[in-house]
Amino acid sequence: MTRRLKFTLGAMAAVVLSTAALASEIAPEAVEFTDDGVVASLTGTPGDPAEGAKVFKNTGLGNCLACHVNADMESDQFHGDVGPPLDGVASRWDEPLLRAIVVNSKVVFTDETVMPGFYSLEVGKGVAENFVGKTILTAQQVEDVVAYLVTLKE
Amino acid sequence: MKRLLIAGLALAAGLAAASWAAAEPVDDTLEIDGKPMITRAKAPEGLPFDEVLSGWLYREAETRDLERDSFENPAMVSVEDGEVLWNKVDGTAGKSCATCHGDAAESMKGIGASYPKWDPDSKRPINVELQINKCRTEQMGAEALPFDKGGQNELTAYIKYHSLGMPVGIDLAEGDMQSWWEQGKELYYTRTGQLNMACASCHEANAGKFIRADHLSQGQVNGFPVYRLKSGFTSLHNRFRGCIRDTRAEMPKAFSDELMALETYVTWRGTGLSIETPAVRP
Ligand code: HEC
Ligand code: HEC
Repeated sequence: MTRRLKFTLGAMAAVVLSTAALASEIAPEAVEFTDDGVVASLTGTPGDPAEGAKVFKNTGLGNCLACHVNADMESDQFHGDVGPPLDGVASRWDEPLLRAIVVNSKVVFTDETVMPGFYSLEVGKGVAENFVGKTILTAQQVEDVVAYLVTLKE
Repeated sequence: MKRLLIAGLALAAGLAAASWAAAEPVDDTLEIDGKPMITRAKAPEGLPFDEVLSGWLYREAETRDLERDSFENPAMVSVEDGEVLWNKVDGTAGKSCATCHGDAAESMKGIGASYPKWDPDSKRPINVELQINKCRTEQMGAEALPFDKGGQNELTAYIKYHSLGMPVGIDLAEGDMQSWWEQGKELYYTRTGQLNMACASCHEANAGKFIRADHLSQGQVNGFPVYRLKSGFTSLHNRFRGCIRDTRAEMPKAFSDELMALETYVTWRGTGLSIETPAVRP
Protein backbone atom coordinates (compact mmCIF):
# COMPACT_ATOMS: atom_id res chain seq x y z
CA MET A 1 0.00 0.00 0.00
CA THR A 2 2.98 2.37 -0.05
CA ARG A 3 2.08 3.55 -3.51
CA ARG A 4 -1.38 4.45 -2.36
CA LEU A 5 -0.01 6.25 0.66
CA LYS A 6 2.38 8.37 -1.36
CA PHE A 7 -0.35 9.35 -3.73
CA THR A 8 -2.76 10.41 -1.08
CA LEU A 9 -0.32 12.52 0.87
CA GLY A 10 0.00 14.83 -2.10
CA ALA A 11 -3.71 15.08 -2.69
CA MET A 12 -4.54 15.53 0.96
CA ALA A 13 -4.02 19.25 1.35
CA ALA A 14 -6.28 20.05 -1.58
CA VAL A 15 -9.07 17.88 -0.28
CA VAL A 16 -9.03 19.20 3.23
CA LEU A 17 -9.60 22.64 1.77
CA SER A 18 -12.23 21.72 -0.79
CA THR A 19 -14.53 19.39 1.11
CA ALA A 20 -15.62 20.73 4.41
CA ALA A 21 -15.92 17.20 5.73
CA LEU A 22 -18.09 16.44 8.68
CA ALA A 23 -16.12 15.77 11.82
CA SER A 24 -17.15 12.12 12.03
CA GLU A 25 -16.63 11.42 8.35
CA ILE A 26 -13.65 9.38 7.16
CA ALA A 27 -11.80 11.26 4.41
CA PRO A 28 -11.13 9.32 1.17
CA GLU A 29 -7.41 8.98 1.86
CA ALA A 30 -8.01 7.82 5.43
CA VAL A 31 -10.23 4.86 4.53
CA GLU A 32 -8.71 1.71 5.98
CA PHE A 33 -8.71 -1.41 3.82
CA THR A 34 -8.25 -4.72 5.68
CA ASP A 35 -8.47 -8.32 4.51
CA ASP A 36 -12.15 -8.17 5.39
CA GLY A 37 -12.73 -5.03 3.33
CA VAL A 38 -13.64 -1.62 4.71
CA VAL A 39 -15.07 -2.53 8.08
CA ALA A 40 -15.90 0.86 9.55
CA SER A 41 -18.80 2.96 8.30
CA LEU A 42 -17.49 6.04 6.51
CA THR A 43 -19.87 8.30 8.41
CA GLY A 44 -21.18 6.53 11.49
CA THR A 45 -24.68 7.22 10.21
CA PRO A 46 -26.42 4.03 9.02
CA GLY A 47 -27.03 3.96 5.28
CA ASP A 48 -30.54 4.32 3.88
CA PRO A 49 -31.25 1.63 1.28
CA ALA A 50 -33.99 3.67 -0.41
CA GLU A 51 -31.61 6.59 -0.89
CA GLY A 52 -28.96 4.11 -1.98
CA ALA A 53 -31.23 2.76 -4.72
CA LYS A 54 -31.63 6.31 -6.03
CA VAL A 55 -27.88 6.93 -6.03
CA PHE A 56 -27.40 3.57 -7.75
CA LYS A 57 -29.69 4.51 -10.67
CA ASN A 58 -28.89 8.19 -11.02
CA THR A 59 -26.75 8.77 -14.11
CA GLY A 60 -25.02 11.73 -12.46
CA LEU A 61 -24.22 9.85 -9.23
CA GLY A 62 -23.53 6.11 -9.05
CA ASN A 63 -24.81 5.31 -12.53
CA CYS A 64 -24.23 1.70 -11.50
CA LEU A 65 -26.81 0.51 -14.03
CA ALA A 66 -24.47 1.78 -16.76
CA CYS A 67 -22.38 -1.31 -16.17
CA HIS A 68 -24.46 -3.72 -14.06
CA VAL A 69 -27.65 -5.63 -14.68
CA ASN A 70 -29.82 -5.51 -11.57
CA ALA A 71 -33.08 -7.47 -11.72
CA ASP A 72 -34.33 -5.53 -8.68
CA MET A 73 -34.54 -2.47 -10.96
CA GLU A 74 -36.27 -4.23 -13.82
CA SER A 75 -38.58 -1.29 -14.50
CA ASP A 76 -35.59 0.94 -15.26
CA GLN A 77 -34.42 0.64 -18.83
CA PHE A 78 -30.95 0.01 -20.16
CA HIS A 79 -28.89 -2.05 -17.78
CA GLY A 80 -25.31 -2.30 -18.99
CA ASP A 81 -23.25 -5.49 -18.90
CA VAL A 82 -19.68 -4.23 -18.60
CA GLY A 83 -19.62 -5.63 -15.05
CA PRO A 84 -21.31 -8.73 -13.63
CA PRO A 85 -25.01 -8.66 -12.72
CA LEU A 86 -25.53 -7.58 -9.13
CA ASP A 87 -28.44 -9.94 -8.50
CA GLY A 88 -27.78 -11.64 -5.18
CA VAL A 89 -24.51 -9.77 -4.73
CA ALA A 90 -24.94 -9.64 -0.93
CA SER A 91 -24.88 -13.42 -0.86
CA ARG A 92 -21.44 -13.33 -2.45
CA TRP A 93 -19.85 -10.45 -0.56
CA ASP A 94 -20.21 -9.23 3.04
CA GLU A 95 -20.95 -5.61 3.81
CA PRO A 96 -17.31 -4.59 4.46
CA LEU A 97 -16.25 -5.99 1.08
CA LEU A 98 -19.16 -4.36 -0.69
CA ARG A 99 -18.08 -1.09 0.92
CA ALA A 100 -14.51 -1.67 -0.22
CA ILE A 101 -15.65 -2.36 -3.80
CA VAL A 102 -17.69 0.83 -3.96
CA VAL A 103 -15.01 2.98 -2.29
CA ASN A 104 -12.19 1.81 -4.55
CA SER A 105 -12.73 -1.35 -6.52
CA LYS A 106 -9.09 -1.29 -7.68
CA VAL A 107 -7.95 -2.31 -4.21
CA VAL A 108 -10.31 -5.28 -4.26
CA PHE A 109 -9.95 -6.43 -7.84
CA THR A 110 -6.91 -5.22 -9.81
CA ASP A 111 -5.73 -1.88 -11.13
CA GLU A 112 -7.05 -3.07 -14.48
CA THR A 113 -10.71 -2.94 -13.53
CA VAL A 114 -12.81 -0.39 -15.40
CA MET A 115 -15.05 0.16 -12.38
CA PRO A 116 -14.46 3.67 -11.03
CA GLY A 117 -13.52 4.21 -7.39
CA PHE A 118 -16.51 6.08 -6.03
CA TYR A 119 -14.85 7.41 -2.88
CA SER A 120 -11.25 7.56 -3.99
CA LEU A 121 -8.86 10.24 -5.11
CA GLU A 122 -6.88 7.77 -7.17
CA VAL A 123 -8.15 9.15 -10.46
CA GLY A 124 -7.08 9.47 -14.07
CA LYS A 125 -5.08 12.24 -15.71
CA GLY A 126 -6.43 15.69 -16.48
CA VAL A 127 -9.48 15.60 -14.24
CA ALA A 128 -11.91 18.35 -15.28
CA GLU A 129 -11.63 21.41 -13.08
CA ASN A 130 -14.99 21.03 -11.40
CA PHE A 131 -14.13 17.49 -10.26
CA VAL A 132 -10.58 18.08 -9.02
CA GLY A 133 -10.08 16.85 -5.47
CA LYS A 134 -13.65 15.55 -5.34
CA THR A 135 -14.93 12.02 -5.07
CA ILE A 136 -17.73 10.73 -7.30
CA LEU A 137 -19.97 10.00 -4.32
CA THR A 138 -20.03 11.50 -0.84
CA ALA A 139 -19.29 9.30 2.16
CA GLN A 140 -22.98 9.13 3.04
CA GLN A 141 -23.96 8.26 -0.53
CA VAL A 142 -21.49 5.35 -0.37
CA GLU A 143 -23.08 4.20 2.90
CA ASP A 144 -26.52 4.45 1.30
CA VAL A 145 -25.44 2.44 -1.76
CA VAL A 146 -23.87 -0.20 0.46
CA ALA A 147 -27.05 -0.39 2.53
CA TYR A 148 -28.94 -0.96 -0.71
CA LEU A 149 -26.49 -3.60 -2.00
CA VAL A 150 -26.88 -5.50 1.28
CA THR A 151 -30.57 -5.98 0.40
CA LEU A 152 -29.65 -7.80 -2.83
CA LYS A 153 -29.72 -11.35 -1.43
CA GLU A 154 -30.12 -14.48 -3.53
CA MET B 1 -5.91 -8.86 0.12
CA LYS B 2 -5.99 -8.63 -3.64
CA ARG B 3 -5.17 -12.22 -4.47
CA LEU B 4 -7.71 -13.59 -2.07
CA LEU B 5 -10.50 -11.62 -3.60
CA ILE B 6 -9.72 -12.33 -7.19
CA ALA B 7 -10.53 -15.98 -6.55
CA GLY B 8 -13.89 -14.95 -5.14
CA LEU B 9 -14.53 -12.69 -8.05
CA ALA B 10 -13.71 -15.32 -10.63
CA LEU B 11 -16.31 -17.50 -8.99
CA ALA B 12 -18.87 -14.74 -8.93
CA ALA B 13 -18.18 -13.79 -12.52
CA GLY B 14 -18.43 -17.42 -13.52
CA LEU B 15 -21.85 -17.67 -11.95
CA ALA B 16 -22.91 -14.43 -13.51
CA ALA B 17 -21.70 -15.24 -17.00
CA ALA B 18 -24.56 -17.63 -17.58
CA SER B 19 -27.19 -14.99 -17.00
CA TRP B 20 -26.19 -12.37 -19.51
CA ALA B 21 -24.90 -12.61 -23.02
CA ALA B 22 -22.79 -9.85 -24.54
CA ALA B 23 -24.44 -8.55 -27.69
CA GLU B 24 -21.85 -9.28 -30.30
CA PRO B 25 -21.50 -7.38 -33.58
CA VAL B 26 -24.02 -8.57 -36.14
CA ASP B 27 -23.29 -10.89 -39.01
CA ASP B 28 -24.39 -8.61 -41.83
CA THR B 29 -22.88 -7.14 -44.96
CA LEU B 30 -22.90 -3.54 -46.05
CA GLU B 31 -23.22 -2.29 -49.59
CA ILE B 32 -23.69 1.42 -50.30
CA ASP B 33 -24.80 2.45 -53.77
CA GLY B 34 -23.76 -0.97 -55.02
CA LYS B 35 -20.29 -0.64 -53.51
CA PRO B 36 -19.31 -3.37 -51.04
CA MET B 37 -17.90 -2.08 -47.76
CA ILE B 38 -15.23 -3.90 -45.81
CA THR B 39 -16.66 -3.92 -42.28
CA ARG B 40 -14.36 -6.65 -40.96
CA ALA B 41 -10.66 -6.77 -41.64
CA LYS B 42 -7.69 -8.65 -40.29
CA ALA B 43 -6.28 -6.60 -37.42
CA PRO B 44 -2.92 -4.96 -38.00
CA GLU B 45 -0.03 -6.60 -36.16
CA GLY B 46 0.07 -5.57 -32.49
CA LEU B 47 -3.62 -5.30 -31.65
CA PRO B 48 -4.94 -7.71 -29.02
CA PHE B 49 -7.72 -8.99 -31.27
CA ASP B 50 -7.86 -10.78 -34.63
CA GLU B 51 -10.33 -8.59 -36.44
CA VAL B 52 -11.05 -4.91 -36.65
CA LEU B 53 -14.74 -4.18 -36.97
CA SER B 54 -16.65 -1.20 -38.25
CA GLY B 55 -18.93 0.54 -35.78
CA TRP B 56 -21.70 -0.20 -38.29
CA LEU B 57 -21.75 -3.84 -37.12
CA TYR B 58 -22.72 -2.76 -33.61
CA ARG B 59 -25.69 -0.69 -34.64
CA GLU B 60 -29.39 -1.58 -34.65
CA ALA B 61 -30.97 -2.81 -37.87
CA GLU B 62 -32.78 0.50 -38.53
CA THR B 63 -29.59 2.50 -38.10
CA ARG B 64 -27.69 0.11 -40.36
CA ASP B 65 -30.36 0.47 -43.03
CA LEU B 66 -30.15 4.27 -42.92
CA GLU B 67 -26.49 4.06 -43.84
CA ARG B 68 -27.09 1.47 -46.54
CA ASP B 69 -29.31 3.74 -48.54
CA SER B 70 -27.84 7.05 -49.70
CA PHE B 71 -31.34 8.45 -50.19
CA GLU B 72 -32.17 7.75 -46.56
CA ASN B 73 -28.81 8.77 -45.10
CA PRO B 74 -29.49 12.13 -43.40
CA ALA B 75 -25.88 13.22 -43.88
CA MET B 76 -25.96 13.11 -47.67
CA VAL B 77 -27.31 16.67 -47.67
CA SER B 78 -24.16 17.69 -45.80
CA VAL B 79 -22.03 16.03 -48.46
CA GLU B 80 -23.94 18.05 -51.05
CA ASP B 81 -23.30 21.20 -49.04
CA GLY B 82 -19.64 20.21 -49.15
CA GLU B 83 -19.77 20.04 -52.93
CA VAL B 84 -21.05 23.61 -53.06
CA LEU B 85 -18.12 24.72 -50.92
CA TRP B 86 -15.70 22.78 -53.10
CA ASN B 87 -16.72 24.92 -56.02
CA LYS B 88 -17.02 28.19 -54.14
CA VAL B 89 -14.40 30.86 -54.75
CA ASP B 90 -13.10 32.29 -51.49
CA GLY B 91 -10.12 34.41 -50.43
CA THR B 92 -7.88 36.99 -52.01
CA ALA B 93 -6.50 34.66 -54.72
CA GLY B 94 -9.95 34.25 -56.25
CA LYS B 95 -9.79 30.47 -56.20
CA SER B 96 -11.97 27.58 -55.12
CA CYS B 97 -10.84 24.05 -54.28
CA ALA B 98 -11.99 23.11 -57.77
CA THR B 99 -9.69 25.70 -59.37
CA CYS B 100 -6.68 23.63 -58.37
CA HIS B 101 -8.13 20.14 -57.93
CA GLY B 102 -10.80 20.00 -60.62
CA ASP B 103 -13.27 17.16 -60.36
CA ALA B 104 -13.15 15.80 -56.82
CA ALA B 105 -14.39 12.42 -58.02
CA GLU B 106 -11.01 12.08 -59.75
CA SER B 107 -8.61 14.14 -57.68
CA MET B 108 -9.90 13.22 -54.21
CA LYS B 109 -10.27 9.49 -54.78
CA GLY B 110 -8.35 7.69 -52.02
CA ILE B 111 -7.39 10.88 -50.18
CA GLY B 112 -9.78 10.28 -47.29
CA ALA B 113 -8.41 6.77 -46.80
CA SER B 114 -4.80 7.94 -46.47
CA TYR B 115 -5.11 10.75 -43.90
CA PRO B 116 -3.77 11.71 -41.38
CA LYS B 117 -0.54 12.11 -43.23
CA TRP B 118 2.79 13.73 -42.52
CA ASP B 119 3.00 17.46 -43.20
CA PRO B 120 6.66 18.45 -43.65
CA ASP B 121 5.82 22.16 -43.28
CA SER B 122 4.24 22.03 -39.85
CA LYS B 123 6.22 18.89 -38.93
CA ARG B 124 3.17 17.07 -37.65
CA PRO B 125 0.45 14.81 -38.99
CA ILE B 126 -2.48 16.65 -40.51
CA ASN B 127 -6.00 15.41 -41.17
CA VAL B 128 -8.35 16.41 -43.98
CA GLU B 129 -9.68 19.36 -41.98
CA LEU B 130 -6.17 20.76 -41.52
CA GLN B 131 -5.28 20.09 -45.15
CA ILE B 132 -8.31 22.14 -46.16
CA ASN B 133 -7.08 24.95 -43.93
CA LYS B 134 -3.59 24.68 -45.38
CA CYS B 135 -4.99 25.07 -48.89
CA ARG B 136 -7.20 27.94 -47.78
CA THR B 137 -4.44 29.92 -46.09
CA GLU B 138 -1.53 29.08 -48.42
CA GLN B 139 -3.24 28.82 -51.82
CA MET B 140 -6.50 30.71 -51.63
CA GLY B 141 -5.66 33.61 -49.38
CA ALA B 142 -8.66 32.69 -47.25
CA GLU B 143 -9.06 32.32 -43.49
CA ALA B 144 -8.62 28.92 -41.89
CA LEU B 145 -12.00 27.43 -41.01
CA PRO B 146 -12.55 27.26 -37.25
CA PHE B 147 -13.25 23.86 -35.68
CA ASP B 148 -16.67 22.50 -36.63
CA LYS B 149 -17.60 25.75 -38.40
CA GLY B 150 -17.82 27.38 -41.78
CA GLY B 151 -18.56 24.13 -43.60
CA GLN B 152 -15.45 22.37 -42.33
CA ASN B 153 -17.28 19.11 -41.69
CA GLU B 154 -19.30 19.29 -44.91
CA LEU B 155 -16.19 19.81 -47.03
CA THR B 156 -14.33 17.08 -45.14
CA ALA B 157 -17.22 14.69 -45.69
CA TYR B 158 -17.37 15.60 -49.40
CA ILE B 159 -13.68 14.81 -49.77
CA LYS B 160 -13.86 11.57 -47.78
CA TYR B 161 -16.97 10.50 -49.65
CA HIS B 162 -14.78 10.12 -52.72
CA SER B 163 -12.97 7.30 -50.90
CA LEU B 164 -16.19 5.46 -50.06
CA GLY B 165 -15.42 1.76 -49.83
CA MET B 166 -11.66 2.18 -50.03
CA PRO B 167 -9.65 0.59 -47.22
CA VAL B 168 -8.05 2.81 -44.58
CA GLY B 169 -4.28 2.71 -44.85
CA ILE B 170 -2.01 5.43 -43.53
CA ASP B 171 1.69 5.77 -44.21
CA LEU B 172 3.62 5.60 -40.95
CA ALA B 173 6.97 5.65 -42.74
CA GLU B 174 6.70 9.33 -43.66
CA GLY B 175 8.46 11.91 -41.47
CA ASP B 176 7.91 11.35 -37.77
CA MET B 177 4.57 9.58 -38.16
CA GLN B 178 5.84 6.64 -36.15
CA SER B 179 6.56 8.72 -33.06
CA TRP B 180 3.16 10.40 -33.29
CA TRP B 181 1.66 6.92 -33.54
CA GLU B 182 3.54 6.00 -30.34
CA GLN B 183 2.22 9.09 -28.55
CA GLY B 184 -1.28 8.29 -29.74
CA LYS B 185 -0.95 4.75 -28.46
CA GLU B 186 0.22 6.03 -25.09
CA LEU B 187 -2.85 8.28 -24.91
CA TYR B 188 -5.17 5.47 -25.97
CA TYR B 189 -4.17 3.47 -22.91
CA THR B 190 -3.93 6.40 -20.48
CA ARG B 191 -6.76 6.60 -17.99
CA THR B 192 -8.26 10.04 -17.73
CA GLY B 193 -10.66 11.93 -15.55
CA GLN B 194 -12.42 11.32 -12.29
CA LEU B 195 -13.89 8.10 -13.73
CA ASN B 196 -10.36 6.93 -14.46
CA MET B 197 -10.97 5.29 -17.82
CA ALA B 198 -8.95 5.01 -21.02
CA CYS B 199 -10.15 4.64 -24.59
CA ALA B 200 -9.11 1.01 -24.22
CA SER B 201 -11.34 0.57 -21.15
CA CYS B 202 -14.40 1.01 -23.33
CA HIS B 203 -13.35 0.22 -26.90
CA GLU B 204 -10.85 -2.57 -26.37
CA ALA B 205 -11.68 -4.32 -23.10
CA ASN B 206 -15.43 -3.95 -23.45
CA ALA B 207 -16.30 -3.72 -27.15
CA GLY B 208 -19.50 -5.68 -27.72
CA LYS B 209 -20.86 -4.91 -24.26
CA PHE B 210 -23.49 -2.40 -23.28
CA ILE B 211 -22.68 0.66 -21.21
CA ARG B 212 -26.18 1.69 -20.23
CA ALA B 213 -28.02 2.13 -23.58
CA ASP B 214 -24.85 2.31 -25.65
CA HIS B 215 -23.52 -0.72 -27.48
CA LEU B 216 -19.74 -0.30 -27.30
CA SER B 217 -17.93 -0.67 -30.59
CA GLN B 218 -14.19 -0.67 -31.21
CA GLY B 219 -14.39 3.12 -31.57
CA GLN B 220 -13.23 3.11 -35.19
CA VAL B 221 -12.91 6.33 -37.15
CA ASN B 222 -13.62 5.08 -40.69
CA GLY B 223 -17.11 6.60 -40.87
CA PHE B 224 -16.30 10.22 -39.92
CA PRO B 225 -17.71 12.77 -40.17
CA VAL B 226 -20.78 10.76 -39.13
CA TYR B 227 -24.46 11.51 -38.81
CA ARG B 228 -25.47 10.90 -35.20
CA LEU B 229 -29.14 10.29 -34.62
CA LYS B 230 -28.66 11.89 -31.20
CA SER B 231 -26.87 15.06 -32.24
CA GLY B 232 -26.63 15.40 -36.01
CA PHE B 233 -23.61 15.75 -38.22
CA THR B 234 -20.50 15.21 -36.08
CA SER B 235 -16.77 15.56 -36.64
CA LEU B 236 -14.16 13.14 -35.35
CA HIS B 237 -12.52 15.55 -32.93
CA ASN B 238 -15.93 16.40 -31.54
CA ARG B 239 -16.44 12.68 -30.87
CA PHE B 240 -12.98 12.29 -29.29
CA ARG B 241 -13.66 15.27 -27.05
CA GLY B 242 -17.04 13.87 -26.04
CA CYS B 243 -15.57 10.52 -25.04
CA ILE B 244 -12.84 12.25 -23.02
CA ARG B 245 -15.37 14.55 -21.35
CA ASP B 246 -17.38 11.47 -20.37
CA THR B 247 -14.45 10.34 -18.23
CA ARG B 248 -14.79 13.71 -16.45
CA ALA B 249 -11.48 14.98 -17.81
CA GLU B 250 -10.56 18.30 -19.41
CA MET B 251 -11.02 18.05 -23.17
CA PRO B 252 -7.94 18.66 -25.33
CA LYS B 253 -8.48 21.24 -28.07
CA ALA B 254 -9.51 20.06 -31.52
CA PHE B 255 -6.45 19.56 -33.77
CA SER B 256 -4.13 19.81 -30.73
CA ASP B 257 -1.02 17.64 -30.74
CA GLU B 258 -2.80 15.25 -28.39
CA LEU B 259 -5.80 14.74 -30.63
CA MET B 260 -3.70 14.54 -33.82
CA ALA B 261 -1.58 11.82 -32.19
CA LEU B 262 -4.75 10.04 -31.12
CA GLU B 263 -6.27 10.36 -34.60
CA THR B 264 -3.10 8.94 -36.15
CA TYR B 265 -3.09 5.94 -33.81
CA VAL B 266 -6.83 5.24 -33.86
CA THR B 267 -6.94 5.52 -37.66
CA TRP B 268 -4.19 2.89 -37.80
CA ARG B 269 -6.29 0.67 -35.53
CA GLY B 270 -8.88 0.58 -38.31
CA THR B 271 -6.46 -0.33 -41.09
CA GLY B 272 -8.27 -2.21 -43.82
CA LEU B 273 -11.79 -1.04 -42.97
CA SER B 274 -13.64 0.82 -45.72
CA ILE B 275 -14.19 4.53 -45.52
CA GLU B 276 -17.94 4.81 -44.81
CA THR B 277 -18.24 8.58 -44.74
CA PRO B 278 -20.83 9.75 -43.96
CA ALA B 279 -21.69 6.84 -41.64
CA VAL B 280 -24.86 6.79 -39.54
CA ARG B 281 -24.51 6.20 -35.81
CA PRO B 282 -26.79 6.49 -32.78
C1 HEC C 1 -17.79 1.48 -15.88
C2 HEC C 1 -18.23 0.24 -15.33
C3 HEC C 1 -18.74 0.10 -13.93
C4 HEC C 1 -19.50 0.98 -13.15
C5 HEC C 1 -20.03 2.34 -13.53
C6 HEC C 1 -19.75 0.30 -11.92
N1 HEC C 1 -19.16 -0.94 -11.95
FE1 HEC C 1 -19.24 -2.33 -10.46
N2 HEC C 1 -18.05 -3.60 -11.55
C7 HEC C 1 -17.59 -3.35 -12.82
C8 HEC C 1 -16.78 -4.48 -13.24
C9 HEC C 1 -16.09 -4.61 -14.61
C10 HEC C 1 -16.79 -5.41 -12.18
C11 HEC C 1 -16.08 -6.76 -12.12
C12 HEC C 1 -14.67 -6.60 -11.65
C13 HEC C 1 -13.73 -6.58 -12.82
O1 HEC C 1 -13.80 -7.50 -13.63
O2 HEC C 1 -12.97 -5.65 -12.93
C14 HEC C 1 -17.60 -4.82 -11.13
C15 HEC C 1 -17.88 -5.46 -9.93
C16 HEC C 1 -18.75 -4.98 -8.98
C17 HEC C 1 -19.14 -5.70 -7.78
C18 HEC C 1 -18.75 -7.14 -7.46
C19 HEC C 1 -19.80 -8.00 -8.15
C20 HEC C 1 -19.62 -9.49 -8.03
O3 HEC C 1 -20.60 -10.20 -8.25
O4 HEC C 1 -18.52 -9.94 -7.75
C21 HEC C 1 -19.99 -4.89 -7.09
C22 HEC C 1 -20.67 -5.18 -5.78
C23 HEC C 1 -20.13 -3.67 -7.85
N3 HEC C 1 -19.36 -3.75 -8.98
C24 HEC C 1 -20.93 -2.60 -7.47
C25 HEC C 1 -21.05 -1.41 -8.19
C26 HEC C 1 -21.81 -0.27 -7.73
C27 HEC C 1 -22.62 -0.24 -6.45
C28 HEC C 1 -21.65 0.71 -8.65
C29 HEC C 1 -22.13 2.13 -8.64
C30 HEC C 1 -22.00 2.90 -7.43
C31 HEC C 1 -20.83 0.16 -9.72
N4 HEC C 1 -20.48 -1.12 -9.40
C32 HEC C 1 -20.48 0.84 -10.88
C33 HEC C 1 -17.84 -2.22 -13.57
C34 HEC C 1 -18.54 -1.10 -13.14
C1 HEC D 1 -16.81 5.50 -20.78
C2 HEC D 1 -16.72 4.83 -22.03
C3 HEC D 1 -15.89 5.40 -23.15
C4 HEC D 1 -14.59 5.84 -23.15
C5 HEC D 1 -13.62 5.89 -21.99
C6 HEC D 1 -14.30 6.23 -24.51
N1 HEC D 1 -15.39 6.05 -25.31
FE1 HEC D 1 -15.48 6.32 -27.34
N2 HEC D 1 -17.46 5.79 -27.32
C7 HEC D 1 -18.17 5.42 -26.20
C8 HEC D 1 -19.54 5.14 -26.58
C9 HEC D 1 -20.65 4.67 -25.64
C10 HEC D 1 -19.62 5.36 -27.97
C11 HEC D 1 -20.84 5.16 -28.87
C12 HEC D 1 -21.01 3.70 -29.19
C13 HEC D 1 -19.83 3.18 -29.96
O1 HEC D 1 -19.69 3.43 -31.16
O2 HEC D 1 -18.96 2.51 -29.33
C14 HEC D 1 -18.28 5.75 -28.41
C15 HEC D 1 -17.94 6.03 -29.73
C16 HEC D 1 -16.67 6.34 -30.17
C17 HEC D 1 -16.30 6.55 -31.55
C18 HEC D 1 -17.26 6.49 -32.74
C19 HEC D 1 -17.27 5.12 -33.37
C20 HEC D 1 -18.17 5.05 -34.59
O3 HEC D 1 -18.27 3.96 -35.17
O4 HEC D 1 -18.77 6.04 -34.97
C21 HEC D 1 -14.96 6.81 -31.58
C22 HEC D 1 -14.12 7.10 -32.79
C23 HEC D 1 -14.50 6.74 -30.20
N3 HEC D 1 -15.55 6.46 -29.37
C24 HEC D 1 -13.18 6.94 -29.81
C25 HEC D 1 -12.76 7.00 -28.47
C26 HEC D 1 -11.42 7.38 -28.06
C27 HEC D 1 -10.29 7.70 -29.01
C28 HEC D 1 -11.41 7.38 -26.70
C29 HEC D 1 -10.34 7.81 -25.76
C30 HEC D 1 -9.85 9.14 -25.89
C31 HEC D 1 -12.71 6.94 -26.27
N4 HEC D 1 -13.51 6.75 -27.36
C32 HEC D 1 -13.07 6.74 -24.93
C33 HEC D 1 -17.69 5.28 -24.91
C34 HEC D 1 -16.39 5.57 -24.52
